[in-house]
Amino acid sequence: MGEVIVVTSGKGGVGKTTTSANIGTGLAAAGHSVVLVDTDIGLRNLDVLMGLENRIVYDLVDVTSGNCLIKQALIKDKRFFNLFLLSASQTKDKTAVNPEQMKVLAAELKAEFDYVIIDCPAGIEQGFRNAIAGADWAIVVCTPEVSSIRDADRIISLLEAAELRNPKLIINRLRPAMIKSGNMMDTTDILDILDVELIGAVPENESIIISTNHGEPAVMDNNSKAGEAYRNITRRIQGEEVPLLNIDESHGMMYRLKRLVGLGLH
Amino acid sequence: MLEFIARMLGKESASSKMVAKERLQLVLIHDRASMSPDMLNSLREDLIKVISKYIDIDEAALEFDLCQDEKDVALVANIPVIKMKRDYAAKG
Repeated sequence: MGEVIVVTSGKGGVGKTTTSANIGTGLAAAGHSVVLVDTDIGLRNLDVLMGLENRIVYDLVDVTSGNCLIKQALIKDKRFFNLFLLSASQTKDKTAVNPEQMKVLAAELKAEFDYVIIDCPAGIEQGFRNAIAGADWAIVVCTPEVSSIRDADRIISLLEAAELRNPKLIINRLRPAMIKSGNMMDTTDILDILDVELIGAVPENESIIISTNHGEPAVMDNNSKAGEAYRNITRRIQGEEVPLLNIDESHGMMYRLKRLVGLGLH
Repeated sequence: MLEFIARMLGKESASSKMVAKERLQLVLIHDRASMSPDMLNSLREDLIKVISKYIDIDEAALEFDLCQDEKDVALVANIPVIKMKRDYAAKG
């Protein structure tokens, strides 16, 4: 029996889908059987992040409405034979599926797979209720911005109200230089405010944009700092204790020069 | 000049992150002050249960709500007392 993890955030554009793609790929690379479920009906994107957009025949709504078998709708990943995608429908809307159907689906998937990763849409309406319905636990993604943290706080309350207690937080798009200059909240600041357990801190990284361009999750890129952060997250999901990545070491020439002459450092 | 030196030492004069953090903390006090009617009700029932162990209270007239001002949130309760219970433990 596997576990069902929902990746959610409240606010849009903070990296839920990127996180889902990377965690799913990371877990598959570690040898687990994984299925990624895109529940963002009408605005699907997990397919393009995985580079599988041309292979979709059946989708989530086909499965829940009985148009096809689950097996027919699972799209096999390009890289890993043990990784699958169940895509959202692009032509329907969020009400095409209900939480009861999602519970049944999640139960069936978790009987077959080690990990079921559910990519939740932005918002707190039915799409959110669908996504969390069958989940065993939740990952909340936020960025170090006021609006994102506020929405994350609201989502954490809603998750608790739905009996999904102790969600784990991923702080995405941290910028070491801005943190250093006092212009960005760091992980400690954010944990002070949200009072949840951190499961990962991911630095802002160009490699994410490049890997998205290619449709290949950054977690497979050994030269990517963000990829390393995602690899650490997948290890923590598997129960390993991994120290937080030091995102501070990716400084350029100027920083090293300043350090040499003893400026700009405390 | 002082500011310049501070900046050279890597200390920003006005750290915008502190502004962000303080604003967030304030806005969340207000956001979190809302409680679902269900939860408020079960808190009310639990409170009555605990207080009734020690004091006879007028449950029907009990007033109870979350109040907030600029910085704080308070749970304000007005609980009319009918009579105090005898303190048997103190005698023994």
